[in-house]
Amino acid sequence: MSAIRFDDVWKEYGDHIVLERITMEVEPRAFIALVGPSGCGKTTLLRMLLGEEQPSRGQITVDGKPLRAEPDADRGVVFQRYSVFPHLTVLQNVLLGRELRDAKFTARLFGAARRAATDEAMALLAEVGLAGQESKYPSALSGGMQQRLALAQAIMRGPKILLLDEPFGALDPGIRADIHLLMKRLWNETHLTVVMVTHDLSEAFGLATRVIALERQRNRPEERERYGATVSRDLEIFPRRSAELRSSVQPAPTGTTRSDQEHQPGRPGALVLKEQP
Amino acid sequence: MRLVNIRPGRQMRFYLLALPFLLVAIAYFAGSSARLAQNPNDKLLPALPNMVQAVKQMAFEVDPRTGSYLMATDTVASLGRLGSALAVSTVAALVLGIVIGLLPGANALLGPFVSVTSMVPPLALLPILFIVMGLGENSKIALIVIGTLPCMIRDLAMKVQELPREQIVKAQTLGASTWQIALRIAMPQTLPRLIDVLRLQLGPAWLFLIAAEAIASDSGLGYRIFLVRRYLAMDVIIPYVAWITLLAFLIDVALRVLQRRLFPWFASVRAE
Repeated sequence: MSAIRFDDVWKEYGDHIVLERITMEVEPRAFIALVGPSGCGKTTLLRMLLGEEQPSRGQITVDGKPLRAEPDADRGVVFQRYSVFPHLTVLQNVLLGRELRDAKFTARLFGAARRAATDEAMALLAEVGLAGQESKYPSALSGGMQQRLALAQAIMRGPKILLLDEPFGALDPGIRADIHLLMKRLWNETHLTVVMVTHDLSEAFGLATRVIALERQRNRPEERERYGATVSRDLEIFPRRSAELRSSVQPAPTGTTRSDQEHQPGRPGALVLKEQP
Repeated sequence: MRLVNIRPGRQMRFYLLALPFLLVAIAYFAGSSARLAQNPNDKLLPALPNMVQAVKQMAFEVDPRTGSYLMATDTVASLGRLGSALAVSTVAALVLGIVIGLLPGANALLGPFVSVTSMVPPLALLPILFIVMGLGENSKIALIVIGTLPCMIRDLAMKVQELPREQIVKAQTLGASTWQIALRIAMPQTLPRLIDVLRLQLGPAWLFLIAAEAIASDSGLGYRIFLVRRYLAMDVIIPYVAWITLLAFLIDVALRVLQRRLFPWFASVRAE
């Protein structure tokens, strides 16, 4: 749950201007879809948010503080490919974030700490529809399942912002629809601000609270290098969408109960699925 | 049907596999018997019974002068050298390969140096090693290490760099420090590739072992071959070469099995 602010951000590679005059504000818990033709700098924008690239000019702030210049645990990410670790099983992939957080030197958990983390990971795996797959390696999963795993892995660490780089672009339409539902649910149940890059306009309008189109304003060949893309459309979805409010405001939907535990930002747990008979 | 589409079946594959070995054996024994027919005392291409006799003497009879089984002593000596040298190379290559592959600064510092040192012909260094370290075990082990290590580091660093950038970024978004990335992401994925690299270096390692033993040694498979060469004892040399080949082959197979057992996830990663 974080507000992101772009303050006149430019990105140039040498003489080549990729992005220019990006100024926008993203409210906490928004779900932003970045769309635009290929090569318009959507992914560059996402990589700047991730901290992999730095803006050439201007500044990006999160909750008023300048963005850290390298990726960190505040910003989770799911890429189109290579998001999960091939040498770890499904369960180990999800546990990894917790192990990295709690065991600085060995990066492994043992005993009671491991059991507690495993229980949490198993609950999360069940929530994303991967129950029963926990001892498989990612290569044994379908593309859709791998992306579910990548989502679970990112969410387990409790990021404030979730960045998605065309995460569902390589999936079949039916599988994509399922994972859209999951994405919506995760966004509602966690406290994430989501920024998603996508090619798919229906996906953008179907999931996001706000669709932002990046485009080059000048596209003549002699102008391409010297003019970058900028925000050409900024559309709020109507009727207005917003993430579900906290437990004090709304009753739990049928089939779930509200957890009474202290809620950590970015962690699922506001809603606990009732045990199926 | 086009040749590119013809796949041999299981049985056919076996026959094809055996064919070149069989042809070499036939060629040898044909030549051998032709030479022996002209001169029964010919030493260059000994007949099978002679070689069996020689092996019996070397492997199963106590050598009266040293009081030991020569072939076993030679094998133990050679494998000891090879094993300790490759252990040093493997551990050093793993550590340095990960450091160079993962850290751009270390790559800038050591990458070019490793590339240059891997071009030094190791055998040219052998006199220096003998002068500095003496004629004992250390100089032989050092030669094998020098001959294999730079290539192993270079190959392994390249494998680490080939890990998808996404994985390194993803690990950081899960809160991993540099140490944790090395420990949980880079190293486990480098280990199966280390076995590949090691298998490729087995050939050079044997080469340097035999070379070092040939020049200055008092035991070892290479020492024995070069010793009996003086008496044109082909009936010893040929079985020894076959034995060395078999050992190298078995080590290679063992490494392959080890890789499959320890890293079941690796096959599908490599297939990608």
